Amino acid sequence: MKVLIPSALRSYAERGEVDADGDTLAALLIDLDRSYPGIRFRMIDEQGQIRPHIRFFFDGTQLRELSQPLRAGGELIIVQALSGG
Amino acid sequence: MAKEKRKAAKARTKAPDRADAAATTGQLVVLVATRKGAWLYHGDAQRDTWRVDGPHFLGHIISHLVLDPRDQRTLLAAAKTGHLGPTIFRSTDLGRSWREARQPPAFAPVATDDQGLPGRSVDHSFWLTPGNASEADVWYAGTSPQGLFRSDDGGDSWRPFSSINDDPRYRQWMGSFQDGTPDGPKLHSIIVDPRDAGHLYLAMSGGGVHESVDGGGSFKPLLDQLDVVEGFDRSDPTFHDPHCIRLCPSNPDRLYQQNHCGIYRLDRPSEQWLNIGQNMPKSVGNVGFPMVVHPRDADTAWVFPMDGTAVWPRTSPDGRPAVYATRDAGESWQRLAGGLPSQQAWWTVKRQAMTADPLDPVGLYFGTTSGELWMSCDEGHRWHCMARHLPEIYAVEVARVGDPS
Repeated sequence: MKVLIPSALRSYAERGEVDADGDTLAALLIDLDRSYPGIRFRMIDEQGQIRPHIRFFFDGTQLRELSQPLRAGGELIIVQALSGG
Repeated sequence: MAKEKRKAAKARTKAPDRADAAATTGQLVVLVATRKGAWLYHGDAQRDTWRVDGPHFLGHIISHLVLDPRDQRTLLAAAKTGHLGPTIFRSTDLGRSWREARQPPAFAPVATDDQGLPGRSVDHSFWLTPGNASEADVWYAGTSPQGLFRSDDGGDSWRPFSSINDDPRYRQWMGSFQDGTPDGPKLHSIIVDPRDAGHLYLAMSGGGVHESVDGGGSFKPLLDQLDVVEGFDRSDPTFHDPHCIRLCPSNPDRLYQQNHCGIYRLDRPSEQWLNIGQNMPKSVGNVGFPMVVHPRDADTAWVFPMDGTAVWPRTSPDGRPAVYATRDAGESWQRLAGGLPSQQAWWTVKRQAMTADPLDPVGLYFGTTSGELWMSCDEGHRWHCMARHLPEIYAVEVARVGDPS
């Protein structure tokens, strides 16, 4: 499915839109990391938690758990929630 | 794997033709890590012109940038951004190109923890130390929250190191986010004895000073005669806050320490720290963050005092920045402020942001949280500003440069 990559992670993907597969957010991020090694750890910590300023939206709905299922053909948007100066 | 493409934004301070020559082999490079990126300043043999190379990693929080003294061309940068997790970047050509560590420092997942302790996540790598000269490619990293990590492949992959990361006693001494420094408790001042790769020191803010004589297999506290904040139990490592520890290259049995509660010296094999901060002028006090030692004279060291009164402003006392030097192992201290502002300069210099070069006379360098980089070519007597308008400076290192080809 289509994954939109934010500017902060384009040093890995080198483009704003890539393809990755998975029936859950967790599976999709593992697939994404296979194509772009290191990208997952910048978003998910070693205890399997979504890092504080990373947000995932699937077909317009925010995903708060890695276990949430994904529908084939949908679109995942990765958002960096910037704050501060 | 991410390649950080360095922008071509280069500037020159002065005399670019001379500085070009300085960029070749055998010269110094000053490595400046800031809250918004890193800069390299290549010096000439006289240390009077500097070629600026940067920014590298603009917008990244760089806690430490260190050159490997064993090959004089490999750089490691401890990085994160405000919204992405922590990582390590590595360059083998003195910053011309960077590649991300294949496996950055990360704690063990909680499922493998049989102590019942909550799993932790590295917020940022704070401190980088190259291994002993006999162990090529070994590096150590200290993190926040506090953890000790080691790489055996030049910083490409890292693993939790020693038992302390998951030791219940150490976990108690390390405290939590609420117990540490404003941006998290830190493991720092990782020191490898130049005579013995298995002899290590480290410090934790808070959590005290610790020593290993078995290559990191075990550590034990080294706290005797160190003071703590009034009313707390000095026998409990939790209450100790070493700010910076340095080992003297010319006498590896001597350590100096800038502590939250004073300045100390330790001469091994003694385990009793000697309070040498009590010899500082009372009007200035003995609080500060960095500790710098002379490369060839173990009786000489420098500190940068901060205001530790009332609510702890941690700025230069009275707005008058000064370095203080001892030439007699802490028996007496001399104020060195030539060229520094004489009033209304409310500077803070962090624990990694002051260092010395190996030349004779020794060059000293420090960076302020207000983004100024200062240096002295005469061991601190006269200072001049190398750069200003940088982001908040977190760390300053200086090193000899090898052939980058």
